Formats: sequence, structure tokens, C-alpha cells
Amino acid sequence: MSDVVLELKDVTRTFQVSQGLFRPKATLTAVAGVSLQVRRGEVYALVGESGSGKSTLAKMLLGLLPPSSGDIRINGTPIGETNRIAVARRIQPIFQDPYSSLNPRKSIADLIALPLVVHRIGDAAQRRAKVLELMDIVGLPRRLMEAGPSQLSGGQRQRVAIARALIMRPEVVICDEPTSALDVSVQAQILNLLLELKKELGLTYFFISHNLAVVEHLADRVAVMYLGRFVEERTREGLFADPRHPYSRALLDSVLTPDPDLGVPDTHLGAVFPNPLTQSAGCAFEPRCPAARDVCRRYAPHSVALPDGYASCHLAAPASLPTAA
Amino acid sequence: MTMPLTSTDTSQSPLDLPPARRAPLLSFLSKGFGHGGFLLGATLLALIVVLALAAPLVAPHDPYAQNLARRMVPPVWDAKGNWAHILGTDKLGRDYLSRLLYGAQISLLIGTVTVLISGTIGTVLGVCAGYFGGRVDAVLSYIVTTRLALPVVLVALASAALVGSSLQGVIIVLGLLLWDRFAVVTRSATQQVMGSDFIAAASAIGCSTPRIILSEVLPNILNPLIVVATLEMAHAILLEAALSFLGLGVQPPLPSWGLMIAEGKQYMFFSPWVIAIPASALVLLVLAINLVGDGLRDITAPENRN
Amino acid sequence: MALLEVKDLVIDIPVGVGTLHAVSGVSFSLERGETLAIVGESGSGKSLTSLAIMDLLPKRVQRRAARLAFDGIDLSTISAAGMRRLRGNRMAMIFQEPMTSLNPSYTIGDQLTEALTCHRKVSASAARDRAVHLLEKVGITAAARRLSQYPHQLSGGLRQRVMIAMALMCGPELIIADEPTTALDVTIQAQILHLIADLQKEFGMAVILITHDLGVVARVADKVGVMYAGSLVETAPARTLFRHPAHPYTRGLLDCIPVPGRTVPGAPLGAIRGQVPNLIGRLEGCAFRNRCDLAGPDCATPIPLVQPEPDHAVRCLRAMIPEAAA
Repeated sequence: MSDVVLELKDVTRTFQVSQGLFRPKATLTAVAGVSLQVRRGEVYALVGESGSGKSTLAKMLLGLLPPSSGDIRINGTPIGETNRIAVARRIQPIFQDPYSSLNPRKSIADLIALPLVVHRIGDAAQRRAKVLELMDIVGLPRRLMEAGPSQLSGGQRQRVAIARALIMRPEVVICDEPTSALDVSVQAQILNLLLELKKELGLTYFFISHNLAVVEHLADRVAVMYLGRFVEERTREGLFADPRHPYSRALLDSVLTPDPDLGVPDTHLGAVFPNPLTQSAGCAFEPRCPAARDVCRRYAPHSVALPDGYASCHLAAPASLPTAA
Repeated sequence: MTMPLTSTDTSQSPLDLPPARRAPLLSFLSKGFGHGGFLLGATLLALIVVLALAAPLVAPHDPYAQNLARRMVPPVWDAKGNWAHILGTDKLGRDYLSRLLYGAQISLLIGTVTVLISGTIGTVLGVCAGYFGGRVDAVLSYIVTTRLALPVVLVALASAALVGSSLQGVIIVLGLLLWDRFAVVTRSATQQVMGSDFIAAASAIGCSTPRIILSEVLPNILNPLIVVATLEMAHAILLEAALSFLGLGVQPPLPSWGLMIAEGKQYMFFSPWVIAIPASALVLLVLAINLVGDGLRDITAPENRN
Repeated sequence: MALLEVKDLVIDIPVGVGTLHAVSGVSFSLERGETLAIVGESGSGKSLTSLAIMDLLPKRVQRRAARLAFDGIDLSTISAAGMRRLRGNRMAMIFQEPMTSLNPSYTIGDQLTEALTCHRKVSASAARDRAVHLLEKVGITAAARRLSQYPHQLSGGLRQRVMIAMALMCGPELIIADEPTTALDVTIQAQILHLIADLQKEFGMAVILITHDLGVVARVADKVGVMYAGSLVETAPARTLFRHPAHPYTRGLLDCIPVPGRTVPGAPLGAIRGQVPNLIGRLEGCAFRNRCDLAGPDCATPIPLVQPEPDHAVRCLRAMIPEAAA
């Protein structure tokens, strides 16, 4: 398909983890066999809890970390260490913590202009004009040009990060929890800005978040990640109306809407966490799953195709026995 | 309420201004003035530097001019002292105040150049270890550990004896020896900076490794670097004095403070001031530098985010 | 008599260029068994308020109050030793960061039993029994074995459970939980909130919940105080607050958050323009007026407290009163 901008094929990333002085190193599989396609102009959201491998995946998409195996392509061009400059023009990040993502020693103008300088685009006057244009677009007062990040509020800092990410007009923006470090009122400002920018500039977002309310507001398609694997990938409407994986269901149940008539939901999840270093033969979610059966302990589930995506669960299919792939 | 795409909050009610944060220099100065130790050290150090630089103008006599007729004149506060030689003269009749002032030049020169050399070596090693990590870090850390295992004074003595003693010799030997603390501090500071998202952002923009090191890492490890530099400067000045005292450093007739102490030691019991004066100068200079270094560490310590 | 009474609490922080009025004139009271949620954004003074009650403010921070009393004991005149006898014993605190709030060099068991053996004449084995009992209560399996483990051996969710068990060791009458679930994953958050609610019912404790998450507030609080720039701008029973928010800031906050099923995906969210004011120096009038669509020149004068209902108070000249809104 020609409108696929970002494609992952069976991407796996493992880390060698030291277990102590005299014990052999263990292999931690942070991302296990992930395949996905992001289409031009859509918001593809990735949901998962800490340790699910979201951040590792984001680093691989930005070319900051090579995959152990598998293939990442942007517009058909593989992402690798060799063509980092070319990749940088097409894919840019917005990080979670705007206090950490801006070099405290630089002025706002220098921060925003850095991509132009690195890619040798324009002269000083042209860069300045471009920086002012971007500051207007993201709603930063021009008087802040020569200010340092320490003089800005969290929301303003995140606007600087957005301006820096957009100045090269990338095709894909990786938003790694762009609002979770911000206050509620500022979060809304930034989400509105991201939506407006997408409309105006025809951007594609790869949006990583643990906040399902935000994801439902923003996303076109959603993937749910658990311990390095995609357990479900659906359209937004499909997932929020009828989650098929028990973990997706638990995540949705855990969303606390501000409704004083409702109590705290019970997710029925176990508090037992599988050790990510030991691979079990069965489903990775089985130890916490409220619906686990015998088959879940013995066989890893295959993807079950659904009209709008897939879910990797023995119980997602009409027939609850493992089918030969 | 929708937000226009090009919103600029130009309304300037007092409530709209961002929280008052002062310009970095201003805040630095105001904190510096609030820090007693820093203020004292900086004043003392500035005084010594000015006197050293102005030595040709201030010194009452030529520091090398001998006058055997006026040997061992005591300082002016002694009953036998006189105003022609405020701090007296040494065994060759050279004016002690003039020698002291020119000696300050030598001490400061040695301190500065040594720190430039050792700082460069240590910073390159430390930043590389912190930036690249892994095997590079392991190898560089091994080198630093090896260096830490060497006794500085003994090695300095041996090398000075080997290279031959001269001003340049002392500077080179000390410069090649005192980089360990620079390496250790810049390594950990670099590791800390490497954890920040702005390094990842710079990589994602496509910045080259030298650019990331020079414009993203270095400016953010400058504070600890300056602190170590001041402390190492004091260290170098003391070591020079020790080497010169032992006859392996600066050679006569240069007026090094260490040398002055060495030359005065045979007169110690009858004219204690020949030792007391250069020794006090040394103590004051090292104290001043250390106070400045400690003060800098306190002043540049990150503020609590509150 | 209310378990906790706070009247006109003022917290000032001397800073280089003046005084930062972090909290100005906060008043509320709390009955036994009740849950009060204090909502606010960063810098609103909500955490400082909780630290002020526990007398855990840093030294240079100044605390004043017309009345600050726990179970009739005046906390503004109590001795340091008297305060220590209350703290951890009759009033306890759960912090946001379970990583940093547990001492990494002591076992879970040591840290759990410390408060009990230090406040009560209890034998080590009795304290141990209670620790095991409470760890089981907070849903930790193999509790006896956990006692000899160190914090780093536990996951974030388990550590937060240990923190809660630790706060419960002496059977406190008041628990202050400062963002107890913010650092946790969403599925764990639900479990922890459940746990706090269950334990409160069982032991009849009063809980002050400090949070920025309106979803959490709606689900667990009996009454809610909304803080903005150091003042309580609105206090109300949870139901009233979410059904008929009166203060423009409260209404702005509620419009800001996407709510599945209520907000239209992709449509702009309500946003509060501008940013929080600088609290250094004296601020006259309503602190929210620069971000408020209803503000007029009269908002720069001192704002009286309006009480549409006996238990609903709002500090605004143009408060949306339910009768008027209907």
C-alpha cells in the first residue's frame, strides 16, 4: 500500500541483563516480534504500562536504538544508523518531560533552530524567520525568543519541543507521552494544539500513552502492548466499544471518568507479575488474567483476526481452542 | 472555548508574566554575594592576582638584584627593620616583598597552565567514557584507576628528576599527573547529562557525535568542571611549592614561594620570618582558591524545583 | 467535634526576592471516617497544606493558622515531642513515590515494625504479627516471607502497598495520601484505590487525598476542595462539585479532561488559557482572574466567600450558583 508511511516487520529487541557477579547474563526481550503499519495522516496510538516496551519501540523508531532483528521502514526506506540524517528529516520526537528534553543552556530560538543548523538549511535570517513562524504556529509569544528554558512554564516548554520537532516538516511525529508531565489545564492546551497541527500540516502521529481517555480522544487506531508484545490492535471505535483481549478490557475498566456516582472499578486482575526474564510457554498475560484457562498456560496465543484488527488471545476467537496457524 | 492556531498571549497584566526568574548571571552574582566563604575567597584571590599582574609596577625593587651589604634585613615590624624593605631581604640581600610578588606570578602561572593541560586530558577522557560507555568506558576507567594508584608526589619527584628541573618541566609533569579528578567528575557528570531527553532529541535531529558532545554535553558539565579546576589549581600550586622546596622544581634564582621557603630553612631558628612570609602567602593563596571552589560548588548546585 | 480543623492556614516561603505566598487562608474541617480530596495543579499549594498538617514543612517555611487542631489538640502550640507522638501514630502519611519513601537499606519488616515499636509498648514478635496481618490486608501474598525482603526486590505496586500497610501499623485516625497512585500504572491504580477505600471502611479512618486527577476524586471522595494558587476556591460534597461546579476554575478543569463517552473524539477540549500567576509578593483579589473569561475589574478586590448551600462554599463574584444556572 502506498499510503503506509511507517512499517515495522517482526521487530524484536533484546537486552543482556546482568544478574550478578557470578551468574550468567539473562536475555530480556523488551520488544518481541512487533509488526505494524502506520498510514499517512492517521494517529496511531500505542498503549501500555511501564515496562511494556513502549519506550524501547519509540527509540527504535527514532533510530536511536537498532532492532535486534526485524525491519523498520519509513516510506519504504529502512531506518538504520547509517542514514540517521535522512531519517531525522522524516521522523521527529516529542518527549514526555519538557524539563529534560530542552538543553537548559540554550535560548528558545537556538533550540527551535537546531534542526535547521544541523541540516544546513537557510542562512541566519531565514532560520530566524522560520523560528518566528513556528513560534507563532505553536502559540509561543515572540518575546520569549531569547529566553532560556528555565524562564518558561511546563506548557510553554512543551510548545518549544513541538516547534523544534515540526520545523523540518517531518512526516511522522513520535509523541512519547507528550502531556503526562503537564498539569490538567495545560494538557488540554497541548492536546488541542497537536490536533490542530495535524489538521493544518497533515501530520502523522505515533502517539504513545498510558492514558486511555487521551488516546480515545486522539487516536484513529490503537495498539495495546503487554510485556513487549502487541496483544490487540484495533480501530479506536472497535477497541473502546468491544475490547477483545482481557488486558485491553482491564485497561479500559481502569479509566476513572469523573463520575461521582461510580465507585472504583474492580479490574479482577491478579497482582502477580511474570518475571520478564523467564519465558513461559503460555500466554504472557496468563498470570494476571482473570479468564485464564488451562490452554493459556500451555500455548502462546496466535493473533485472531477481527474485522478491524486483531487480538492475541485464546479467548478472543469464537472457538476457544488453539487453532493451527 | 477553542484556541486559535496562532495564539499569542500579548495581554500583559502582572498576573500574565512568567514566574520571576532572574537572568543567570544576576542570580549567580546575588548568590555569590550571599555566600560568605565565596566572597572572602574571591576578594583574596582577586587581590593576589592583581598584585601578581601588577608586580612590575608595585614591586619596590628588582627581585633579582642582590645587595650583599643588606643581607637578612628583618621586616619593618621588627625593631631592626626599615621601610626600604618592608618585608626584609633574604640571604643574598634581595628584597623579600618584590620576590614575593613575582613569586605569586609563578604560582599562578603554574596553577593555571597545569589546570589547562590536566583539565583537557581529564575532560576528554571523562566525557568519552561517559558518552560512549560500554567498552570505551571500561578501558578509560581502567586507565583512571591506574593513575589513581600512582602516588602523585613520588611520581612527580621521579619525573622531575628525570626531565630535569625547570619551570616548564614542573608544569608538564604536573599537567600530565593531575587529570584524574577531572576524568572522574566529568565522566559522572556526562553520564548524568546523557540521561536527559535533550541528548536523545539532538540525536533524533541528526546531530553528529562531536556536535552533541560540544554543544549539548559540555555546556551542561561546565559547573562541576570549574569547581574541580579551582581545587586542582590549589593542588598544583602546593605540589610546585613542594617540588621546588625539595630542589626538583623551579630553579634559583626564580622567586618561587616553595624555593623561598627552601632557601630560608637554614635561617629558620634565628629569622623565622624568612619562612613564615612565603608560607603565609602560600596558605592564603591556596585557601582563597579553595574557598572560591567550595563557594562555586554551593552556588552552582541545582536549585530545588519548587 | 471534627477530627481535623484547619482555619486560615497560611504558608509563606522566604525566597531571594521576597516572600512566596504558597498557601493563603485555607480552611476546612474533616470528620472521622470522611474522605476529603484536595485537587489542584502543581504549585497550587496542596502538598504544602498536607505537610503543614503533619508539621513536616522545611525549616525556612513559615506556617501560621488561626486554628490547626487534630482531635481537639492544638497543633500550632504542641511541642515537637508531642507532635512526634501523634505523627505515624494517630496521623500517618502515604507519599507519592514509593521508590524514595522506603529506606533501601532496611528490610520491609524493619520499616513496618519501626513505627509500632517506637510509639507503643509492643514486643517485636507482636509487631511482626501485625505487620504480616496488614501486608495480607493490603493484598500482598506470602506476607511473612516479604518481611525479610528489601524495597528494591518489590515492584512499584507492591512498594506502594507496603507504604499503605506502614501507614496503618499504628491504626491511625487520619491518613494523608499525597498522590498515592500517580506513579503507578492504571490497572494498579484502581487496585490501590480500592484498597484504601476498603481499609477506610473497615478501620473508620479519615482520609485526606491530595491529587490532580479528577477521575480519582470523583470515585473516592466524600467532599472536595479545589485549590488554585494557594487558596481553596471551592469546597463542596463530591456529587455537588461534579454536578454543579460553581467556580470558573473548577468548571474549566472539568472541561479540560477528555471523558470517554462525553467528549467528542478529535474535537477541541476546553482549555484554560494563560498560566498560573507568580505567587511572590502580595496578590490582591482573585488569583484566577487573568485566566478567567468572566473576570471584570471588580475581581481585583478581595473576594468574599459565597455559600450557595451550607456545605458548598465558593470564592468567586460570578460563581455559577445551581439555582441561577437552572
